[in-house]
Amino acid sequence: MATTETSAAGTPAPGSEPRHGLRLFLIWIILSLAATLVIWFVWYPHLPPGRMSDAAKHQQFDIAVLAISAAPVIIFVLLYFIYSIVTWRARPGDDGDGEPIYGNTKVQASWIIGTTVIVLWLFVFGTVELVVPAGAGAGEGPSPIWKLAGTQTTSWTAGSNDMLQVQVIGQQWTWTYRYPQFGGMESTELMLPVDTPITFHVTSLDVIHSFWAYQLGVKADANPQVDNVAYVTAKALGSVTVRCNELCGIWHGAMFNYGHVVSQTSFASWASGVQSKEQSDGILAALPPYALTYDPTVIPQLGKNLTNVIGITGSPGYYYPPSNPVQP
Amino acid sequence: MAIETHPERAEPSGSGPEVGGPGGVMRPWWLRPGVHTGLIGAVIGYLLGHLLGNFLGGGYTRSALSDQNDVAIVLGYALGTVGWLAGLGVFNDLGRMMLGKPLLAEIRRGEGEVGLSRYFRYTLDHKVVGIQYLYGMIAYFLTGGLFAMAIRSELLSPTYHLIGPEQYLMVVGEHGTMMMMMMSSVILGPFGQYFGPLLIGSKRVAFPRLEALGFWLTPASYVILLSAVLFGGFPTGWTGYEPLATQATAGMDAYFFAFGLMGISMILAGFNMIVTVINYRAPGMKWSRLPMFVWSMFTVSFLQVLSVPVLVGACYMGLMDRTFQTAFFTNQLGGSSFLYEDLFWFFGHPEVYILALPGFGVISEVVSVFCRKPLFGYKVAAAGMLGVGILSFFVWQHHLFDSGINPDMRPLFMLTTELISIPTGFIYLVGMGTFWKAKIQFTIPMLFALAFYFNFLIGGISGVFLSDVPADTTEHGSFFVMAHFHYTIMGGLIFAFMSGIYYWLPKMTGIKLNEKLGKLHFWTMFIFFNTTFLPLFALGMMGMPRRVFEYARNLETLNDWVSISAFCLGGSILIFLINFVMSMLFWREPEVGNPWRSRSLEWQLSTPPPPENFHRVPVILSSPYDYGVPNALPVADLNPPPGVIGAAYASASGVEA
Repeated sequence: MATTETSAAGTPAPGSEPRHGLRLFLIWIILSLAATLVIWFVWYPHLPPGRMSDAAKHQQFDIAVLAISAAPVIIFVLLYFIYSIVTWRARPGDDGDGEPIYGNTKVQASWIIGTTVIVLWLFVFGTVELVVPAGAGAGEGPSPIWKLAGTQTTSWTAGSNDMLQVQVIGQQWTWTYRYPQFGGMESTELMLPVDTPITFHVTSLDVIHSFWAYQLGVKADANPQVDNVAYVTAKALGSVTVRCNELCGIWHGAMFNYGHVVSQTSFASWASGVQSKEQSDGILAALPPYALTYDPTVIPQLGKNLTNVIGITGSPGYYYPPSNPVQP
Repeated sequence: MAIETHPERAEPSGSGPEVGGPGGVMRPWWLRPGVHTGLIGAVIGYLLGHLLGNFLGGGYTRSALSDQNDVAIVLGYALGTVGWLAGLGVFNDLGRMMLGKPLLAEIRRGEGEVGLSRYFRYTLDHKVVGIQYLYGMIAYFLTGGLFAMAIRSELLSPTYHLIGPEQYLMVVGEHGTMMMMMMSSVILGPFGQYFGPLLIGSKRVAFPRLEALGFWLTPASYVILLSAVLFGGFPTGWTGYEPLATQATAGMDAYFFAFGLMGISMILAGFNMIVTVINYRAPGMKWSRLPMFVWSMFTVSFLQVLSVPVLVGACYMGLMDRTFQTAFFTNQLGGSSFLYEDLFWFFGHPEVYILALPGFGVISEVVSVFCRKPLFGYKVAAAGMLGVGILSFFVWQHHLFDSGINPDMRPLFMLTTELISIPTGFIYLVGMGTFWKAKIQFTIPMLFALAFYFNFLIGGISGVFLSDVPADTTEHGSFFVMAHFHYTIMGGLIFAFMSGIYYWLPKMTGIKLNEKLGKLHFWTMFIFFNTTFLPLFALGMMGMPRRVFEYARNLETLNDWVSISAFCLGGSILIFLINFVMSMLFWREPEVGNPWRSRSLEWQLSTPPPPENFHRVPVILSSPYDYGVPNALPVADLNPPPGVIGAAYASASGVEA
């Protein structure tokens, strides 16, 4: 973009004045080239969020490409201002006015065309980068249109291409993970198998939270009564930081825990182990049946609906019972 | 209030709203309505409202988390505000007009209002309102800034806490909301109200009563917002997301009420500005000669009038949810938490341009004067403002990319968001074109303008990163966003505001701020602003979410650096404050001429401008930006011979050189 501007702005100045446009252009092209190389080779491999999953990889690539698109623009504008401050500052005692230049059609047109081209390029690039990696780890709502490939099954086995379903339940101020393919068992620890297509179903019991698995590049808001789907495939073993990313009350800052990406076989043994333990402890029976969303005012085991018991819009007017939030 | 509705000597020296000389009989200051009667009215109103609320909603115990009666608190705020306005005498003229009585001489705009006490009254002189706004907004800014210092103090350590999590959220919410409320008026208020009419050659604004009402709502919302502290604050930050807001204690009522009230103030200011700019331009002030600052005020006013009602509606619905048990935003009861997000950001995104555009306007004025050159691409600049204004209504869902709402619309909102950088780029084109072969003078306003271009560039480019959905997945809701909007709002708007203060204060008060302290203020503010907010981009990228009081141990060094920089930034604001107070009260270095040799209309007047601005309606002869044009006409004929005005109206193009 800046190429066209500078060359247009650089129409030879009359008299002995140096060719400001040419000078600017040369300095700019050198600096931009250097910045591009530095960003690509030095910065890009270390850019967040890393390369732990396909989504994270795409985000890292995206940030690097945006940085490379932005650097020449930043350099051009800053260089221009520095150059003009140095070159065209009023000398002491000079109270005169500058040349009355009201505009320059060529410069204005090339600026507009240049910025438009950049913007359209960014739009096309961003859209491709959003659609191809199935939403790039962002929450896609209850019915995503860009889906990750994987076999939908009711049970998950290691070594297959089965999609692993993980429900993420946010509540003040903790995360719970539910695995419907393992009898609907629950864990406060996020365990994920490597190289497996994973579907996160993110929901909340009370207020809006946001599930942010930083190293996986997954971020999806948890709204009560909403099933927000996000896809990811973990590509490397390691631990994952999970933070709540939407202000959810006083302990929002303390609402984080860690997840682990493990091999498929160890995941399978961990999951079935937890399932059988919760089965024998009676926890599975006490949990509400697996659903995409939960209403904490309804406790099916009691056979009654707290909403009707207390009367949510009546004069006592509880939105939540005193023990809020109710544990599922 | 009895004092104003039954004035003891209600005999003005004329009849009708437009007559009566300065000789009108004036009561002593303490018998006339002012801040003191307003305070009495506010207290009485609050108590009445609280009583009424207890009577109406005494049986409501909304939530086990709160034993407060929200109905009583909200009604207290409402009637308190009405009482405050009544005490100020806002309704006096209205009542007198309805009763067919002549208006009191005291409240007339301009003449008759002299001395310090006029700044503490409901007055119809737009210049007085401008000064009131200036002090009011500085008070807002300093209060919000103190909260920022508290935030940074808490974030000095990830584990050791100066204030608990609840107080931390209170401070965060107060800081954000107060700053947001202030920023929307920080330029439109002081400079827009003061210089809007002066720049278009008008003797007055279109609706002086609405204008003054707009200002006097801001102290009310300031006090109400601060009163949330008494209830332990509100836990939602400045966005007030539901259903957390429904769950919160009574501080939330203060948030909703204060923000809604400020919204009404913004709408009133916007209406007044639109009608004034359209109808009160002097003869010869064609649209193509309108100063860029007026263009920005004009565009911003449309944004305010069209977008802020949505905020007022959202605040109202939020209050209804909290008091009268409606369920607009409760998902389990058929409401929607998305609805609030949608409403809020439908206001919220135009709002950020309500903040940005006045900055563009101020900077365009300053740059042209100190480059000693005409503004480059005047039409492009105006088109840029209009373009930003229009597009700003079509981008709000980029705040909700990860929320799960309308996911298939994300490419569209990505496109509109990126498109808005085209008209924003026009502002840079105009600035850079004006610098080309200029004779740049490094006065303090110009330094702030240069810093504006630097800061807004970083803010704008980081906005492009946020508009891209995959990149946003990492950056959304993190300190990256925080750094981004501090760069655009503080780095853009506040730097423009400072530029405007150093540029226009001599005209407003006849007093120049000290230049040495001013330069010190500039350099400290510029350096520490950048050392404070640049590392926040990195913090966000490294995984630090916003509004947390605890963070990962490895981010401590960077956070400490930011905190210390932030304290230095606070020190820089303190330098400004010292300069301002000392210059205004003690040093009082007079500056009554045209120190910047500006062509702009306001600088052609005496300092301070006469009560009615112009003795005669001026005839505008040329553009305010005709620097360096040989034999350029003066910008206006301030004393046109009688009869010229009619002719100028007949053919506005006839007066062109």
